[in-house]
Amino acid sequence: MSLLAISLPGFPDSTPVAGLAGGVLIGLAAALMLLGSGRIAGVSGIAARAFGIGAGSMPRLGAWAFLIGLPLGALIVMSMTGAAEPSFAGPVPLIIAGLIVGIGTRLGGGCTSGHGVCGMSRLSQRSLVATATFIATGIATVAIMNAWL
Amino acid sequence: MRQLLIPLASGTIFGAGLALGGMTDPARVRGFLDLFGAWDPTLAFVMGGAVLVMAVAWLVQGKLLRPWFAEGFALPDRSDITLRLVGGSALFGVGWGIAGLCPGPGFAALAIEPMSAAVFVAAMLAGMVVVRLIEGHA
Repeated sequence: MSLLAISLPGFPDSTPVAGLAGGVLIGLAAALMLLGSGRIAGVSGIAARAFGIGAGSMPRLGAWAFLIGLPLGALIVMSMTGAAEPSFAGPVPLIIAGLIVGIGTRLGGGCTSGHGVCGMSRLSQRSLVATATFIATGIATVAIMNAWL
Repeated sequence: MRQLLIPLASGTIFGAGLALGGMTDPARVRGFLDLFGAWDPTLAFVMGGAVLVMAVAWLVQGKLLRPWFAEGFALPDRSDITLRLVGGSALFGVGWGIAGLCPGPGFAALAIEPMSAAVFVAAMLAGMVVVRLIEGHA
């Protein structure tokens, strides 16, 4: 576990080894969905499909199976590495953020997984533009909140 | 059965990767977006690792006539850059920055901090319904 806790010089909070290992797992998960089921592992689209909000070719039960797997996998890792102490925002910011994320991902046709991982690795122009855009507005949002709140 | 096992396995591995990479902790995600403050580059390693593996998967996909366990591929084929794409992504980034959560970690965090994650996920689904309703009347 000590390897996972290594940080980059000058960035004491960073965990690049854990990050890369987690990223490889996410890539393998998305690869399994692509090569096994022939579909994109985009969480916002799969969520919309599961809850009957958006159309999609994925069988609805399959969408539910994927969604149920997400907390299951997190639980397995937490039981092995010990739970971290995540710092969630209060209910009001969580509601505001959730609404905006829901609206934005439906309009933009994807989120960090669909555009950021699956689309960028395919060099999709739409996904490159989407990812650059949401990272830019995310950085701006945090900068503004840190300066004014 | 395979139609359920593949997405269940994919989701479980995905959730494990999110937790291992620290992406279920909103502070770490906001740390990555805090480029002008105490920047935490960890998310770049997560995304880099995932993109590298998926780039190989796309090469394999190009050689397959059909998926291993399904009838055919159902993949996006659009390439047009629209106002809707840019505007929607811009909005998504704002919400991502406010809470430090995007859809994947929102669901995965149901196992870590259920109440907070459930509030976020419920609001997110409500936002998706809003788009659906507006478009239904357009």
